[in-house]
Amino acid sequence: MSKQEESIFTNPILKWVDDRFPLSSLIKDHATEYYASKNFNIWYIFGVLSMVVLIIMLMTGFFLTMNYKPSTEDAFNSVEYIMRSVEWGWLIRYMHSTGSSFFFIVVYLHMFRGMLYGSYKKPRELIWIVGMLLYFCLMAEAFFGYLLPWGNMSYWAGQVIVNLFSYIPVIGETLTEWIRGDYFMSDITLNRFFAFHVILLPLAILALVVAHILALHHVGSNNPDGIEIKDYKDESGKPIDGVAFHPFHTSKDLVAIIVFLILYFAAVFYAPEMGGLFLEVDNFEPADPLKTPEHIVPSWYFTPYYAILRAIPNAALGAVFLVAAVLLFVFLPWLDRCSVKSIRYRGWQYKVALFAFVVSFVVLGYLGMQPATGIYVLLARIFTIIYFAFFLLMPFYTKLEKTKPVPHRVVYKK
Amino acid sequence: MSKVGRRKFLSIATSVTSVIGGAFAVTPFILSFQPSKKAKALGASIKVDLSNLEPGSLIKVLYRGTPFYVVHRSDDMIAQLKTINSDLRDPDSELSIQPNFAKNELRSMKPKYLVVEGVCTHLGCAPIEKFSIAPADMGPDWRGGFYCPCHGSKFDLSGRVFSGVPAPSNLRIPPHRFENGSILVVGENSEDMNV
Amino acid sequence: MNMKQYIFSLIAIFFFSNSGFASSPTEPEVGIEAVTINLSDVKSLQRGARNFFNYCAGCHSLQYMRYEQIAEDLNISEEQLLDNLIFTNKTPQDLVTTNMLQEDGDRWFGKAPPDLTLVTRRKNPDYVYQFLKSFYIDHTSPTGVNNLIQDGTSMPHILWLLEEQMIAEDYNRFILDTVTFLEYVGEPIQQKRKSLGVWVISFLVLFLVFSYALYKDIWREVK
Repeated sequence: MSKQEESIFTNPILKWVDDRFPLSSLIKDHATEYYASKNFNIWYIFGVLSMVVLIIMLMTGFFLTMNYKPSTEDAFNSVEYIMRSVEWGWLIRYMHSTGSSFFFIVVYLHMFRGMLYGSYKKPRELIWIVGMLLYFCLMAEAFFGYLLPWGNMSYWAGQVIVNLFSYIPVIGETLTEWIRGDYFMSDITLNRFFAFHVILLPLAILALVVAHILALHHVGSNNPDGIEIKDYKDESGKPIDGVAFHPFHTSKDLVAIIVFLILYFAAVFYAPEMGGLFLEVDNFEPADPLKTPEHIVPSWYFTPYYAILRAIPNAALGAVFLVAAVLLFVFLPWLDRCSVKSIRYRGWQYKVALFAFVVSFVVLGYLGMQPATGIYVLLARIFTIIYFAFFLLMPFYTKLEKTKPVPHRVVYKK
Repeated sequence: MSKVGRRKFLSIATSVTSVIGGAFAVTPFILSFQPSKKAKALGASIKVDLSNLEPGSLIKVLYRGTPFYVVHRSDDMIAQLKTINSDLRDPDSELSIQPNFAKNELRSMKPKYLVVEGVCTHLGCAPIEKFSIAPADMGPDWRGGFYCPCHGSKFDLSGRVFSGVPAPSNLRIPPHRFENGSILVVGENSEDMNV
Repeated sequence: MNMKQYIFSLIAIFFFSNSGFASSPTEPEVGIEAVTINLSDVKSLQRGARNFFNYCAGCHSLQYMRYEQIAEDLNISEEQLLDNLIFTNKTPQDLVTTNMLQEDGDRWFGKAPPDLTLVTRRKNPDYVYQFLKSFYIDHTSPTGVNNLIQDGTSMPHILWLLEEQMIAEDYNRFILDTVTFLEYVGEPIQQKRKSLGVWVISFLVLFLVFSYALYKDIWREVK
């Protein structure tokens, strides 16, 4: 990189550092001379917000581990100990439990943004794939974390999810025992899930976040018009429609972060249980292997997949569909055959399909919380079909799209 | 306001607010390191029944994770304490930590009961009781007391340090009081605690 | 449909269905009236504590709570605590446990009386209130009573004599005080949490004002 020669610092200490570490060029490449489109709308804040939640989770999680005890004897007790005995423990714990739900809210909206504006398309396929890996790690992280309070719902949800592996032919039974390290959900299982939750997955998530951002800054950010701003540069080589990440996007992101924090803290302080969605009522009771809760329901962010699992009459096949429902996202860049990125200029086919997909995702999420009986099963089947049709028919309907002409410059109204 | 002035004002206002917000945000995390309610409950005073403690013997109790020695001193032991002042570094406990009532040669609330922290004032080892008179290992002049195995510090039966050993001051006397004659309460904050 | 309407309708669907989610898991069952719990009413909490320790604590524990903390939060002096609330050989620093062993409880009642620290979070206060008011005579049951909203409960009607002797209004008050106390025990910092929230959010709103003005100022030069 040619920028390396000139230091942006006048301070001698920073200059000294600059001679030995690429500080100036890092700041230039990723902030002051990283150009992103000036017409980012509200959908473009969820990336930075997921970063904010990640920091909150790492911070509060680190402090929770100081008082949490990963054993079946003490886990539930230690959570109540944190809530009552540890100074400010309640706030740290509520920030963590509320944070997990907000993490998924933000990540789902971030993914939806990608689908609205074709952010997964060439040349950003790898960003999308890394993002999906992040999503998988986040799901695993949330699952392991959900088990840790060792409440009754933690226990049974863990039981159900681990048992999904038993449907794998031949090795299933052995595999579930291997995962649990025991013949049932025990102290051994809890202890190893804790290790995954606090060490391996956070490290993997951090590494993937770095990869996600490096890849993004290598190809440049997409925008609501789906135009490559790098293709239209001024004499100095700066994209005409781009503004520097700092101070432009940083000042804008700060506003978004504060609005987000207001909503987040409103939940932390006034609705930490969120009517049983963020903290389930059954989890206010210690794990009891003799007493299955009346409705076993995973956390709300998993319920769409849970509904798909239950919609399939055959258990093994249900597990296959569940995995497929999650994995299909990875293939979006190749399933979508339309040359236009942004939904602003795409044909009605994709608009309808995306609309139907979002509706089915939300409805499946709702159905996943309801008992699997009567009309709910039928609805779950219908929306499961829509869910899969969105992905599997995509190569066909996206080919038929009649797109509008894409302009050369982004649409920006002051 | 000029354009530049306005920008400067807003930048400073935003920066200052974020610094204040950051300070608020880290406060609960820092405060969470304080002893929890459980630690405080477990660290409340403890009671020891001394009615079965024979003269000349000692019991050790743990309080807040620290050993405490309670010695029932016999009349002979008390008598000899007054004869060794010249061998001591701090015979009147001027440099040492104890409640006010213990700032004398017996260093106790009741003359016969010595309540002392079993922590050498040198580097924190636990001194060993050596109550026999002139044993082979302590030499002919030993009148009974405590010996620290780590660096050889010696203390008398009031926990006072001898001259010429590494420990700088007498063993600490914890706040304590007695209930119904023979129930010792260790850790109760008596108001006359000094230092 | 233009782009804005399209996105708007997506959001509307999202939130509309969201409100459907929220109501399902904790919705009180049919026949349970909502009660108003006032956690800032210290007198009510104190009466509730007295009720609990006189009528419930023989069988039910509050195993995550210390006497000391109850006294501190409810403005009860150590003297009052020792005289009126601690009937066992416990000290104020101890957890509120019972002397009943789990096995004994299982033998006597079929199922040991549960710990009540989190009962209002597990069941919600309305349910607990209604439960305590819904005992009726049933000679087929081993305890001679049954409960309208928890059929076949193994809990005897401990408050039977009170219900007989008190006028309805006083009895309702008695139950409400007790439930209020249990709600406090479920989350002792609830009051503090809500009052702190106001400050945090107010601060963030102030922060928002500055940062928004700065953002507008910086973006003025973007054409």
